[in-house]
Formats: sequence, C-alpha cells, structure tokens
Amino acid sequence: MKNTCCTEHARASAGLPAIEAGMPEPAGTGLSRRSFLLRSAGLGLAVYGAGRIAQLPAFEAGVAHAQAAPAQTVLLSVFLDGGVDNLSLLAPVEDPIYRRLRPNLAIREGRAFAEDSRLAWHPAASSLADLHAEGKVSVLPAVGYTDADQSHFTSRHFWEVGALDPHLRTGWLGRVLDRVGSPDNPLQGISLDGQLAPSLATARNPVAAVDKPEDVGFWTPGAWGPAEELAVPAFTGIGRSLLGSGDPAVAQAARAAAFAGGVRDALAPLGIDGKPTYVPAAAYPQDKDPFPRRLAGFAAMLAAGLPIRAAAIRAPGAWDTHANQADVLPKNLKLTFDSLLAFQRDIEARGLADRVLTLVWSEFGRRAAENGSGTDHGAAGVGFLVGARASGRMIGEFPGLGKLDKEGNLRATSDFRGLYGAICGDWFGVDPAAVLPGSGIGKPVILK
Amino acid sequence: MFGEEQATRLLWRAGFGPAPGQAAELVKLGLHGAVESLTRPKSKRLVGPNPVVDGGPLAPRDAWGHDHLWWLDRMVRTQAPLVERMTLVWHDWFATSKSVVPQKLMLRQNALLRRHALGNFEKLAVEVTKDPAMLLWLNGTSNSRWDVNENYARELQELFCLGAGRGYSERDVRQLARALTGFRNDWTDSGPTRFRFDKKFHDRGAKRIYGRRGKYGWQEAVRLVTRHRRHPEFMVTKLWGYFIPTKPSAKTTKKLARLYVASERDVRPLLEAILTHPDLYDPAKRMVKPPVVQVAGMLRAVGRGIDTPAWAWLCDSAGQYLFMPPNVSGWDDSRWLDTATFRARWQIAQHICEPARLDGEKGDTAPSDPAELVNRAASFWGSPKLSAPVRAGLERYAADTMATADKPWKASSYPVLAENALRMLIATSPEYLTS
Repeated sequence: MKNTCCTEHARASAGLPAIEAGMPEPAGTGLSRRSFLLRSAGLGLAVYGAGRIAQLPAFEAGVAHAQAAPAQTVLLSVFLDGGVDNLSLLAPVEDPIYRRLRPNLAIREGRAFAEDSRLAWHPAASSLADLHAEGKVSVLPAVGYTDADQSHFTSRHFWEVGALDPHLRTGWLGRVLDRVGSPDNPLQGISLDGQLAPSLATARNPVAAVDKPEDVGFWTPGAWGPAEELAVPAFTGIGRSLLGSGDPAVAQAARAAAFAGGVRDALAPLGIDGKPTYVPAAAYPQDKDPFPRRLAGFAAMLAAGLPIRAAAIRAPGAWDTHANQADVLPKNLKLTFDSLLAFQRDIEARGLADRVLTLVWSEFGRRAAENGSGTDHGAAGVGFLVGARASGRMIGEFPGLGKLDKEGNLRATSDFRGLYGAICGDWFGVDPAAVLPGSGIGKPVILK
Repeated sequence: MFGEEQATRLLWRAGFGPAPGQAAELVKLGLHGAVESLTRPKSKRLVGPNPVVDGGPLAPRDAWGHDHLWWLDRMVRTQAPLVERMTLVWHDWFATSKSVVPQKLMLRQNALLRRHALGNFEKLAVEVTKDPAMLLWLNGTSNSRWDVNENYARELQELFCLGAGRGYSERDVRQLARALTGFRNDWTDSGPTRFRFDKKFHDRGAKRIYGRRGKYGWQEAVRLVTRHRRHPEFMVTKLWGYFIPTKPSAKTTKKLARLYVASERDVRPLLEAILTHPDLYDPAKRMVKPPVVQVAGMLRAVGRGIDTPAWAWLCDSAGQYLFMPPNVSGWDDSRWLDTATFRARWQIAQHICEPARLDGEKGDTAPSDPAELVNRAASFWGSPKLSAPVRAGLERYAADTMATADKPWKASSYPVLAENALRMLIATSPEYLTS
C-alpha cells in the first residue's frame, strides 16, 4: 500500500557521495568509512552554506564522536502488544488443571522445555526453542509485579517507564540514554516502526524514529542546487532555535525538525531511491508485515557502525486474544520468533552477536481459564532475554496453576523492575538506582 | 479579544483550518457567534468538487484506503467542520479498527458517530454498545451467559466513561460483562452478518455492580456506567483535552460537570463552554495538529479536493490512518512528531506543493529580498503568523541561498527556487505543525 515517488529520493541523495560496493577505507585519515561518509555529506552542504550552517556539522560531530568510541552494547526491545498468552507459549501440557481451565484452547503437545519438565514450547515458537537449546535465551516464565493492573494501558505504561508510577513521563531506556548518551546523537535510541516508543522517551538527549532506514530523503519540489541543498540545514536550524521552547507542542516539533536531517545523513548509505543497498546476512521470513524487514534493516544499521545503544519495535499482529485465539496466536508467534531467529543469525554472521541483547516483553499474561474462544487479561506473563551473552538460564520459576491469585491469574515469580535493574547495571554499566525509582528489587543474573 | 489569530486557532482546533478568507468572516460574528456557527451549523452540505482518484469516484466500502479518502474529503468540503471534527473525536474515543472489522461496518459506525456528533453522550454510548463494528472489535458477540468475555465491559469503564481504576473494581468488570451478554452474529463467506440481541444468550441472573444488586440488562448496564458519579468529571476533562492542551482548573471542571449533568449528558453545551473558554486562545498553549487535520487544512487553504490516493499512505506514515487507530485507546496525541513522522509531514507538504510549484521557465517570478520571499511563500498557506525565530531561520535560508548566486542567471532564477523551498519550510515549521 505504501509507495513513494522515486524521483524524490534520487533528488534527496543528489548532494551525497556515491556509495559503491568495495569502496576502500579512506586511507590515512584514521576514520572509519562511516564517519568519512558523514563528513563528506556535511562538506557538500557546507560549500553552499558559506560557513553559516554550523548546525549540521555539530550533529555530524556528535555521531562521529559516538562512533569513534569502542563498540558498545545494544539493547533491542521487542513489545508483544496486547498481552501474549503465556500459558500457550510455554504450556503446562500435562497439567490436568490446565486442561480443565482450557477445554478448547489447551496446547496438547510441544517440544519439552528443558529447564522445567512441566512445560512445553508452543509448536509455532520452535525458533525460540532452537535458540533456547543453544543456550541463548533466558526465560522469565512468570514475570510481572504484585497486584498486576489488568488495564493494557496502565500495565504497559508501568513496563515502559520502569516503575509503578502512572505519572512518570520518561521511559526506562530513555533514562538510560540520558546517562550513557549524548546531546547530539539521536541515533542512540531508535524506534524502528516509525513512531517513538514510550520506553525510549528521554528527558534530555535526542532519540530518533525510522520507518524504513533505506527511505529517509527530503525532496523539495521546484528547488535544486543550493536552494534544495540548504533546505535541510534550514529546518534543522529552525528546529534547533526552538529546542528550548516552554510550549511542549512547539518543543516536540522543534526536536523532530532538529534531528530529522541528521538521521537522513547517517542512514544515507543504507539505501538509494528508497531501495535497500544492504544485504542481510541471514534469511528473514517473507511477509507483508514489515517486522522482518525492519529487523534486517536494524542489523544493517548496526553493521554500518551507527552509534545505537537502544532500539524498540512492536512485534507483528494483535496479541490481545479475547476471541479466536487458536487462529490468531500461532501465526503471530511464528512470524515473530522466526524473524527474531533470523535477526540473531544475521548479527552472528556479521560478528555483532556479543554486543546485542534482545528483550521480548508483553504488558501482562492472560487469564488461566479460557472464555470459550479466547482468554481475558491476566497478571504475570512471560518474557525473554535473547542473545549470545544471555545467561540462558531461567529467571524465577513457573508457579503452576495450583495456586492462582484471587482473580484466577498466574502469580509473578520475577519482577520486571529487577530485570531492568540487571540490564542497567550489567549491560549498560549505569547505576540502576539512578534509572529506576525505588530499585531495591533483587536483580537476577542475566549474562553468562 | 477575538481577532483573526483567535478565529484561525478556533478553526484549526474545532475544524480543519480556515479556507481563504474564512477567519476574517468568523471575526465579524464575535467569539460567541463564531462558536455558535460551529456548534449550530446551518448547513451540513459538502461544497466543491467531488473526489476523483485514478480517474473514477471513490469506493469507500470496498477499496482499501478509499474509506480514508472518503472521510478526508468530507473534512475538506464540509460546511459543518465541528460535526466532522467531533466525529473524529468519537472515532478516537471509541477507537475501533478495520484491522478486525470489515470496512463497510466501519463506515456504518462512522455514520453513527456523525449522527451523534454534537448530541447526547449517553445515547451515543448505548448505540455504540450495539454497533456491529464495536461488537466485533471488543468481542461483544463473543460474550454469552456461558462464556463471559470481559473485553467490552473493561474498556467501557476504563477508556470510554470512567478512566482507569476510577470507581470500579475487577469484580465490577466481571459483573458488568455478565450484564452485557446476549449479542450474537452469524458468519457467512462474505463475513459477519445478522447482528442481534438474543435473550437466550443473555445472563438473566442478578449481578452486583457498584454495590447495587439487580437483574441488569445491557442498556441498564451502560446507564449504570454513564450515571456513575465519577463519569461527569472524566467526560469533561477528556473532551476538554481534545481542544486545549493543559488541564482545566478544578473550578472549571466542576462547572463543566454540572453543566453536563444538568443537560442530561448533552455534548453541545459542553462544547460551547470549552470553545469559548479563554484557555483555548492562550498563545502559549499550542497543540500539534493531528495529521489528517493538517492535511484537510492544507487542502482547504489551497482550494484543492481529493485527487490522489496518496493521502491514505501519507497520513499512515504520519501516524494517523483513519479507521485504523493503533489500539482501543485511540491515537496518542502527545507523540505525533518524531524524526520519522516529521519526514512524513514533509512528504505531505511535497504533495501539496509539487503541482502548485513556481516555474521560472514558465514565466513565474519571485522577489530576491529575503523578507519579501518569506512573505510571498507564507501567502501560499494563507499567511499564518510566524514567530521571530522561525522567520529569522527562513530569512537566513533565503539570504544564504541568494548569496550563492555568483552569476547573473543564478541571481534571476534562484528566487523562484527559494520560494518553492520556503513553502515547504513554512509547512514543516514548528509554527505550522502546531496551532
């Protein structure tokens, strides 16, 4: 459905240097090719700007500086929006209570979960089972918080902000980026599905959203030469001049304008005319849903050396399976975990696997008893930490269906805030107490 | 004070921006007259050319994306902009999506929302409860006396009428769900059909809701919620939030809630109170224009109708594809703009500017003075007010561009190019993206 006119991208990239396969490293400059390309882009604009467009080189310097630092760890946050049915994904297949509570929807069989013989993997999640067998998945079989809120929006908010605080406006990853990031590198926190993820909302440092990394140009109809080249620096400059606006609406528009041009420059090598110039290093599922393509683009961004620390994306499909669960859930599980397996293979092939950890989460699990064709909102749910450096060991245990809470929901045996605390400390090297309010919650071992 | 600036803001907040000359006309009516012209429109007709896309009329019930174009066309051509704007508010409020619901049922719901646009909220809530699109979307027809499905009961309270955790318990969710049982539909090869209430499927037993016991039916259940003591405050603050970015004071909230209850939950008196409130006209309280509002407003400003299907994917990229809100809580009005959706707004401006672009080779000319260039470019959009930092940035752009004209042919051709680019820069400036 989405298509874009191609001339605009040809025009947008007109001022940028050609990218050719096999282009040598710029010898003797001490710069990586990435930062060389960025400098070239800035230079092309500076010719016309007569030295008056200090804004873009500032951004360029921010990105280049971040790139010059040693390769850093990256967290990818994958959100299963709506509350994934934990009791299907990792199912207590032999439990008679389960079969009684789920006369229509009980999963009958699946590959055994090696860490708890009561549980079996949903057949559609076999890619995740493969990764688990390789020791690359830490499973949280009942993650949540005490007295879970059964509102999608309240519970999701808690997970996004990393606290049971309905009024907090910054995301937990945003607060990490405010500490480990810089004020001129929007790529440090990147939403991969075209709209800012609340977990990445920062108080100070900029973050970016990208729809398609190969498609980021700004074509100006009826303008060419300097009139076109100077347009991006112009909106960048206007944005920068209003970053401090006291009106939140103006400040939001200013932030978007101030950093959109910089994102274009940084991503320019990934596509021409809206077509990707990168080649994935693994086979992704072919699907009309953009999820696998976006993961492939993300792997390419990391391989290009872009200074990314945190990224967020929503998994495909609707997980709020109040009805028709047996039809809907397997498709979504398969596409999600087949894509994540491909992504893992991609970054492994590119030599990036030691730097990347993927967190898979959902705002809650679902009710133990079915409602006929679906399941209503529950409490504790399931989460995963995937990566070459993930400990591969279960965090908390499966509490069983024998002692549900008073509303018939699973009780949590691990707290998402403890998990976040461990990621802050062990993955990002920031003090969890500085990111997570009241973070006295025990932190699990997450890395090998 | 109700001048052109205030009238322009009113038209952006309560409609889809001014057509040329419309703000000046509104000023003549004074604040109250202007607001009444919106809340009591004389005509609901559409004026201007019918939409033509790919050489033919729209097929909103069938063609993917044509539903979006069909509604956008109404926003552009309506003579009752607040009716369309409130229909959009209700679409966001009772957010239903064609990700689950067939397009033709989405259009049927849209007609329902438009019928009640300025009407009575309780009637609207009752009608929405039995609306086929909503029955599918929140599983109303999967909710029976044997298999109670909580989905609608929860959102009716949490999102539509009371607010999360305000005055109800999980027990109330489950009991209310029982009271709402009984709706059914059939399935055919062409989709869902024969939506109906079947009392054999309804749980006729006693329920205990908000501490009261009774054999409540589905309409009584809805009225228990709309007559809950916490509903009026929720109602007025949520409605206020669509028009004014800062919360109403406690005193204003109380006053509006009393007005709402006194009118037996009519929406029009509330709208008149909100649209005449001084907070709406505070220059320091701007709001980001929702993408479809901005697109409709740009088309109105340049006098153009729907002539391309591109508006569907462009609005989608900008984060607002009609009939497909992101989830049941609607669009997040606090996060319209980021680096990706900013680019989508740039592309939207391209699609307005491209066919209207100035061409020096066809005899178009432009002034070379930066300030005059900026004024000329702004007039394309109806000369919106530009703040000092934005104007300074635009004039700097014009001056920088002209400074590169080192040959006479450049000095004569660059102004036209710069004016084209300035139209884009104005349309994507923080000023124009907000109102």
